[in-house]
Amino acid sequence: MSAVATPAPAPAPQDTPVPVAVRRRARVKTTESGRAQSRRSRRVLGIVAVVLAILWVFPIYWMINSSFLPLNKLQTTRPTFLPIGGTISNFRQVWNDQTFWDAMKISLIVVVIVLVAALIFAFLAALAVSRFRFRGRKAFILTILVVQMIPAEGLFISQYRMLDGWNLVNTAMGLAIVYTAAILPFTIWMLRGFVAGVPIELEEAGMVDGLSRTAAFFRITFPLLAPGLVAAGVYAFLQAWNEYTLALVVMTDPTKHTLPLWLQGLVESNRATDWGVVMAGSALIAVPVIAFFLIVQNKMTAGLVAGAVKG
Amino acid sequence: MAVTALVVEQDDGTSPVFPRRRRRRLGVYGLLVPASVLIGIALGYPLIRQFITSFQEFGLKQQFGAPPEWVGLKNYQELLSDPYVWTVIGRSIAFCLVNAAVTMIIGIAFAVLMQRIGRGARVTLQVSLLLAWGTPVLASMTVWQWLFDSQYGVINWVLANVFGMEDMAGHSWIIEPLSFYFVATVIVVWMSVPFVAFSVYAGLLQVPEETMEAAQLDGASQRQRFWNITIPMIRPVLSIVMLLQVIWDLKVFTQIYVLQRAGAPTHETNLLGTLIYSYAGEFSKAGALATIMLVITLALTGFYIRQMLKEDEL
Repeated sequence: MSAVATPAPAPAPQDTPVPVAVRRRARVKTTESGRAQSRRSRRVLGIVAVVLAILWVFPIYWMINSSFLPLNKLQTTRPTFLPIGGTISNFRQVWNDQTFWDAMKISLIVVVIVLVAALIFAFLAALAVSRFRFRGRKAFILTILVVQMIPAEGLFISQYRMLDGWNLVNTAMGLAIVYTAAILPFTIWMLRGFVAGVPIELEEAGMVDGLSRTAAFFRITFPLLAPGLVAAGVYAFLQAWNEYTLALVVMTDPTKHTLPLWLQGLVESNRATDWGVVMAGSALIAVPVIAFFLIVQNKMTAGLVAGAVKG
Repeated sequence: MAVTALVVEQDDGTSPVFPRRRRRRLGVYGLLVPASVLIGIALGYPLIRQFITSFQEFGLKQQFGAPPEWVGLKNYQELLSDPYVWTVIGRSIAFCLVNAAVTMIIGIAFAVLMQRIGRGARVTLQVSLLLAWGTPVLASMTVWQWLFDSQYGVINWVLANVFGMEDMAGHSWIIEPLSFYFVATVIVVWMSVPFVAFSVYAGLLQVPEETMEAAQLDGASQRQRFWNITIPMIRPVLSIVMLLQVIWDLKVFTQIYVLQRAGAPTHETNLLGTLIYSYAGEFSKAGALATIMLVITLALTGFYIRQMLKEDEL
C-alpha cells in the first residue's frame, strides 16, 4: 500500500507562472535567425509532447472505447478505434451484477472507516509535531519516514496471522485497520505541512480577543486547515479504494471481496470471452476515481510540497 | 524531563499567551497516542513478530498449538542454499534497477520537455500523465492485459499490420520470461513515470533563472548548463524520487501477480514479492524471506537514506 505513500517533494500544480519562458529570452547572441530557430524547435518539441501524451493516455482511451463495444466488434481481425455504433449493454451487465454491488458495499465500508480514522488520528499527530516541541518529536518524525520504506509486501503474512488471531480476517474492520496503519504515516506527513502553514499568530490574536485556546483553535485555525484535510482525505480514499495486495491476503472469502478483487475475478471469468464487460467494470471503478483525482490533484500536490518544508 | 514549548516561542517560555503548563506536556503525547498505537499494532507488531518467527520452526505441530521451536538460522540457511531463491533475488534486483532507471530517464525527459514547450502542449501532456497516474492499479492491469491480448489485442494488431511484423499476430507475450518482464516493465514504467515527471518538473521550476543566465553569459552551452547546473540543483528531488522508485520496484507484487494469473508460468517469472506470497503456508520461511528482502532494500537504499537524513532538517 505504501506504493503511493511518498514523502516526496512533489508534483507541481499545472501552471506556475515562474521561469519557463526564460531560457529562451536570454540568448547571448540573439539573432533573428536564432530566435526563429528556437521558436521552431519549441514547436517541434510541442508536437513531440502531444504525441507522447496521446501514447500515454491511449490505454485509458482504449478502456473507455472497448467498454462501449459489443462482442462482435471486439473480437475481430480489425480493431475498432472509435466507439461508433457502440452499446451500453456492457455497462448494463455489470450494473445488474449483484456481486459488483456487494463488492462496492465492502469497499465503501472500508473506505469510510479508513477515511475517518486516518483523518482524525493523523490530524492529532500532525498538530502535535507541528505546534509543539517536545522530547521524542524528531524520533517520531523519523519513524514516520522510515515506516514508509518497509516493504509492505514483506509484511502481509504476519499481518494476516495477526488479524486471524483476532478473528478479523474477512472483515471490513480488519482490512480497515491495516489500511489505516499503512496510510497514517503519509497523511501525518502531509497534514503537518498544512498545520505549520497556518500562523499561530492568528490563534493568538483570537485569544487576545477573549477566546479560549480551544475555541480559538476551532474557530480560527481549523477552518483554514480544510484544504489540507480534503487533500489528506482524498489520498486516504484513493489508497483504500485501489489497494489490492492486502485485500487479496485478508479477504479470502469471495463474498467479502473489495472492488479490485472483484475486478480481478471478473477478468478471470471473462478473459478471452468478453473483454467489453471487463472494460466496463474497469471503467466503472476507475472513472470516478480519476475524476476525483484530477479535481483535487493540485491541492494534494500542494500538500506534498507543504509537507516537505520545515514545520 | 520533556521540554514542551510552542514552536513560536523560545524555550524560556516567556510568552504571556501560552504559559507552559505540565498539563500540556502530557497533552502533546496524548495527541500522538492514537496514531502511534495503531501504527505500532498493525505495522510494528507484525514486523517484529515476523522477524522472531523467522528464527523458529513453524510446522504442522505448531499449527495445532504446540509452542514454536527455536531453530536459529535454519530457515535462512535453507533459503540461501536454494539456488532458486538466489535466482529470484537476482531477477528482482535486475528488474528493480532496470525499471527504476527506465522510469527515471523517461520521467526526467518528460519534465525537461514540459519546461521547453508552450502552455497548450504542456497541459495536454500533464493531463495525460495525470490520467495514467490516477487510474487504479487493477483497472490499469486489466486494460494492459487486453492491450497485450494475443488474439484480439491492439498491440499485436498494430505490430502486424502497421509495422508489418506479421508473425506478431497471435503472439503470446507472457509465456516467455523475457517478454513477460518486458510487458511488466512497460506497465510499471507507464504507471510510475507521471510521479517522477511531476516531481522533477516541480524541482526544475525552482532553479533560479539568474543562475542560468549567468552561466549563459559565461559561455556555458545548453548541455553544459543542464549537466553542471540544473542536475546538481535538483539533486535532492532526484535522489528522493530515485529512492522511492527503487523501493517500489523491488517489492513490486500486484503487476507480477496479475500477469501470472493471466497464464504466465509462475516458476520462471517469480520475483521476491510473489515468492513470499507463495510461501503463505510456511510462516517461518516467509518471515525469513521477508527479512532478507528488507535487508536487500536497505542495502540498495541505505546510502540514499543516510544522505537524506543528513541533509533533511526535521
